[in-house]
Parts: sequence; structure tokens; C-alpha cells
Amino acid sequence: MENIGSEVIFYIIAAVMVIFSVMAVTTKHLLRSATYLLFVLFGTAAIYFQLEYEFLGAIQVAVYAGGIVVLFVFSILLTQGLGKKQEKIKKSKLVLALSAAVIGAVVCLYSLISHVFPNSRYALGEDITMKRVGEDLLGSGQYQYVLPFELISVLLLACIIGGIMIARKR
Amino acid sequence: MEIPYIYYLVVSGVMFFAGVYGFIARRNMLAILISLELMLNAVDINFVVFNRYLYPCQLEGFFFTMFAIAIAAAETAIAIAIIINIYRNIKNIKSDNLDKMKN
Repeated sequence: MENIGSEVIFYIIAAVMVIFSVMAVTTKHLLRSATYLLFVLFGTAAIYFQLEYEFLGAIQVAVYAGGIVVLFVFSILLTQGLGKKQEKIKKSKLVLALSAAVIGAVVCLYSLISHVFPNSRYALGEDITMKRVGEDLLGSGQYQYVLPFELISVLLLACIIGGIMIARKR
Repeated sequence: MEIPYIYYLVVSGVMFFAGVYGFIARRNMLAILISLELMLNAVDINFVVFNRYLYPCQLEGFFFTMFAIAIAAAETAIAIAIIINIYRNIKNIKSDNLDKMKN
């Protein structure tokens, strides 16, 4: 992280993420919107890799880019097909949404910039080995996460059953 | 030293409010779901950045992001199942046509 190259890479990633996240919500075609979402998710994974959380970046690529975006594309093609354009957004709704987003962004960015954060301690960080991730994920001591892990597994089972029940033909 | 972490927070803030705009303005349910994914990702970036820069010896933000990704995947799968079911019943997925949910 010391050389100038990583800064340049960060600015490229940041520009890609900002531009494509704005385009994903403003474009008229839904399929393009899903494609831009894919670029934003890859940018997020790149940020994880740049912060040296390689496992998290791998999860991000596998689950989001490999799973969720494919689900989106399939459901877009199933429900409305390719050619149709999105209808016009109502003017009152556009004003409401724009004002909510702009006011929220201004307040949030102002408080971010004016707040004094504690100093970064990045250099003290140790490498996160797979051994440590696995032990923390399945240990039951303090700062270990076996209970949420089991809860997630029950949630996934419930989602599988719920998905089958909801989507089956009657 | 390296990139100040406020830069990451600004990027994720812009992403989050792009998601807020899409969530309110758009009427297609899949577009609303895409905006929701944007917001979830912005929050995940915040967790990871705070963990890396402020508490680099611990892994709370790391695990929280991992569980958030798992929950987001499950939630998206169920939401898409519901949307396809709605499409079967009323033949479109505009959110203002959803005033009757019977059958």
C-alpha cells in the first residue's frame, strides 16, 4: 500500500463505483441497470482486495457476481424481456426522491468531513490467515461467532423452503 | 501514509444515496431490489473500512460483512421468488399495481 500505484488504482475504483452506481439507478433499461450493478459489485470486491481482506473479496465475487446478478438477469428476462423500456418517472416522485437523496448526501458528507476521526492504525494490522477466520467463525469463546453462523444456516434452510413454497406452480 | 479512510467513506456514502434515490423514484420492483443491493453494499464497505483502519487486530467488521452478504443473498432469492409469483398473477411488476394481494 506504500507506492503511488495503489493510490491511482483506488481513484480508478472509486470513480468506477460512483459513476456506475449513479447510472444503475438512472438508466431506463433494466438489464443495463443489472449490468452496472455488477460493475459496482466488482468494484466493492476490488476495495476488499485492496484492504487485504482477500477472503471477503472472494466471497463478494462468488456470492454477488456469481449468484445474485445471475438471479437478477434471469428474473428480468422472465418478467419483462429485452426490448421494453421503463416508463417515465412521475414528476412529484422524482422531486421527492432527488430531494431525499441530495439532502441526505449533503448532511452525511458534511458530518463526515467535519467530524474528527481517531488516527488510522492500519500499519499495526496483522495478516488474516484462513486458520484465524475458520477458528473465529466456529469457536464459541469471546469474539467468536458460532451462534450467528448456526443462525445463518437455519435462515438459509428457511429461505430454501420458502423459495420453493412461494415460487411453485399451483 | 496511505489513502485516508475518509475517501472510502465518501465513495460508500455516494453509493448509498444513489440507492436511496432509486428506491424512492423507480416503480419496477426489480429496480427497487437493485437499489437495495447498492445500499447494502455501501454499508458493507463502511464496516470493512472501519475494521481495517481503526481496529486492525480484531475481526468484528469482517464477520459482520460476511453475515450481511449471506443474509442479502437469502433475502434477494426470496424477494425474486415473490416477484416472479406476482408476475404470474397480475402480469407486471410495477409497484403501484400491487394494491390487491389476494390469491
